[in-house]
Amino acid sequence: MNILLYLVEHDRGRIDETAWGGMTGARLLAERTASELHAVVIGAGSEAAADGLAAYGFEQVHVVRHHLLTDYGPDAWAESLFQLAGSVGAGAVVATGSDRGNEVMAQVGARADLAMVANCLEIEQDGDDWLMTRVRWGGSLHERARLSAPVKLVTIAPHSTEAAPSDQPAAGIVSGFTPDLSEADAVTMVVDRVTVSEGITLATAPVVVSGGRGVGSAEAFDIIEELADLLGGAVGCSRVVTNNGWKNHKFQVGQTGTVVAPDLYIACGISGAIQHWVGMMNAKNVLAINIDRDAPMVTKADWAVIADLHQVVPAISEEILRRRTLAAEDSG
Amino acid sequence: MRILVCVKRVPAPGAKIVLTPDGQDIDASLLGFAISPHEECAVEEAVQIVEREGGSVTVMTLGPPEAAEQLRAAVAVGATSVVLLPTDIPDWDPVSTSAALVSAISRLEDEEAPFDLILFGNESADSGGYQVGIRVARSLGRPMVTGIKGIDTEGDSVAARRETPSGWEVYRLPLPAMVGVKEGINLPRYPTLKGRMAARRAPVATMDPAASTSGQSKVMLMTPPDAGSAVEILGEGPEAAPAIVDIMEGLGLV
Ligand SMILES: Cc1cc2nc3c(=O)[nH]c(=O)nc-3n(C[C@H](O)[C@H](O)[C@H](O)COP(=O)(O)OP(=O)(O)OC[C@H]3O[C@@H](n4cnc5c(N)ncnc54)[C@H](O)[C@@H]3O)c2cc1C
Ligand SMILES: Nc1ncnc2c1ncn2[C@@H]1O[C@H](COP(=O)(O)O)[C@@H](O)[C@H]1O
Repeated sequence: MNILLYLVEHDRGRIDETAWGGMTGARLLAERTASELHAVVIGAGSEAAADGLAAYGFEQVHVVRHHLLTDYGPDAWAESLFQLAGSVGAGAVVATGSDRGNEVMAQVGARADLAMVANCLEIEQDGDDWLMTRVRWGGSLHERARLSAPVKLVTIAPHSTEAAPSDQPAAGIVSGFTPDLSEADAVTMVVDRVTVSEGITLATAPVVVSGGRGVGSAEAFDIIEELADLLGGAVGCSRVVTNNGWKNHKFQVGQTGTVVAPDLYIACGISGAIQHWVGMMNAKNVLAINIDRDAPMVTKADWAVIADLHQVVPAISEEILRRRTLAAEDSG
Repeated sequence: MRILVCVKRVPAPGAKIVLTPDGQDIDASLLGFAISPHEECAVEEAVQIVEREGGSVTVMTLGPPEAAEQLRAAVAVGATSVVLLPTDIPDWDPVSTSAALVSAISRLEDEEAPFDLILFGNESADSGGYQVGIRVARSLGRPMVTGIKGIDTEGDSVAARRETPSGWEVYRLPLPAMVGVKEGINLPRYPTLKGRMAARRAPVATMDPAASTSGQSKVMLMTPPDAGSAVEILGEGPEAAPAIVDIMEGLGLV
């Protein structure tokens, strides 16, 4: 039987959140291509990460250990994965299309001198080939692609499959694998970590008040900041804002910025280009404030106000303050 | 420091992308073109390093003859020299692209001197293969890390920082090395008038790329299905504020 090997992304033993959806995508792909599903966990912490993978349908879990595998490193991980794939005779190697997933799989593709197709949404078998739909332009376009290769190398677009354990738990037999690595493979290993702790981070804030070109200037962001403060939320912005130097890039939401998932995303003067949308589409609720009734942000939002944000945003802040004052008077 | 940056010409980021009727390409007749965003930052980073330490910045692209425009744009913001690998074939796959770049880079290195640092974008904005740089690095036998939002030169090595949910991961690569850069590493400058003048006169060197194929082929492009709209319009002015705050209260946010 064909073997489909899925690279489980983890950071020193903690499985990456996007990996569970990827595992589910890999399982569906294994079913569609009549393959046996194997997982591979590489490096320090991999024993911890290997636990519980049987529930996701993995028949075998390969735990890769080597004294040089002290942390994440694209070369060391790719070399290990490449050697393991050869040793088990895998017909396909799959990862999630995260920073690390795409990086390691590209390194495997370079080693094997085989094509690697990144960020696939759907994959079907077509004879010996695979036919896939993949993400282009960060999601604004899809591409149908054909992959003819003796070993298929692909990554699955993050968030394209919802994580769900298998209804038939698999054997999940854990076995060790020791690759042949040299110091040269360890040159690209992580050598240090810097933890930056902030109060409310953009990525985890319950409310994000975000401004786009419509805000008009760096100074005019004051009204956005005031509202975010009142709501205990974070300030976000579009790429036009960072390019104009109104805000630092760390505030940017979107494909090349931060991905957010707040309870409420308030988009002020943001058109809703797909590259922005992919950064906030997991928000539970979206409120758009825009002068253009037909802007994509407006048509895709839950609620919209069709008006000048410079009038609406301060009015919201005032209304919040007014109700707070009333409430304080009532209780006082 | 001798630096090379590989950039790609892509349709300028716009709100709407229209396909040609056969679904083979983007209808670019109404679009401008630009250097792909991550690579624009890679050019800026290279120029900043050379401003600090001296050296040169070469910018290279494989693309249609019109890609000379994007190379001149790179000169306008500080690139020293530019190289075009002209091709009439659209949409080279990543394996073929990297093979063509490797042979051009090897020629430049044979003629002059090896590059200390080669910068790529993290991914090209249009095709997003996430791999051309890595394939080039492997062929040249140089270390490469991608997703980088900070570069510090430290004598004969570079420290490169990748953003993580909790901060930064640091890599240290001995030179010669390669780095895949992400937008946000810097804010690309606008060209000065002097820069623009220099760009107009700048010679664009050309080298013919050799086409090859790989197992990946494009069948067609498609516009993703539209979800449809269910928006509720709350008002057309500041008088909508109470309705908005009602919603916020409903969500338990006020
Ligand atoms: C590879 C790539 C990556 C990208 N990554 C990102 C990314 O990470 N994040 C991102 O945001 N973009 C990204 N972009 C850019 C994206 O395509 C858009 O260009 C950008 O999001 C547009 O920003 P905007 O909505 O602020 O500006 P515009 O598109 O110009 O929209 C401005 C909006 O403000 C409205 N407006 C104007 N004045 C007012 C007013 N007074 N009151 C209310 N509304 C008003 C207008 O009606 C319009 O809808 C990327 C593009 C590419 C190609
Ligand atoms: N045609 C090209 N010419 C020069 N560099 C390219 C070309 N295509 C891709 N690259 C470089 O390779 C990086 C990764 O591209 P990709 O693998 O397509 O995502 C890009 O960010 C560019 O730096």
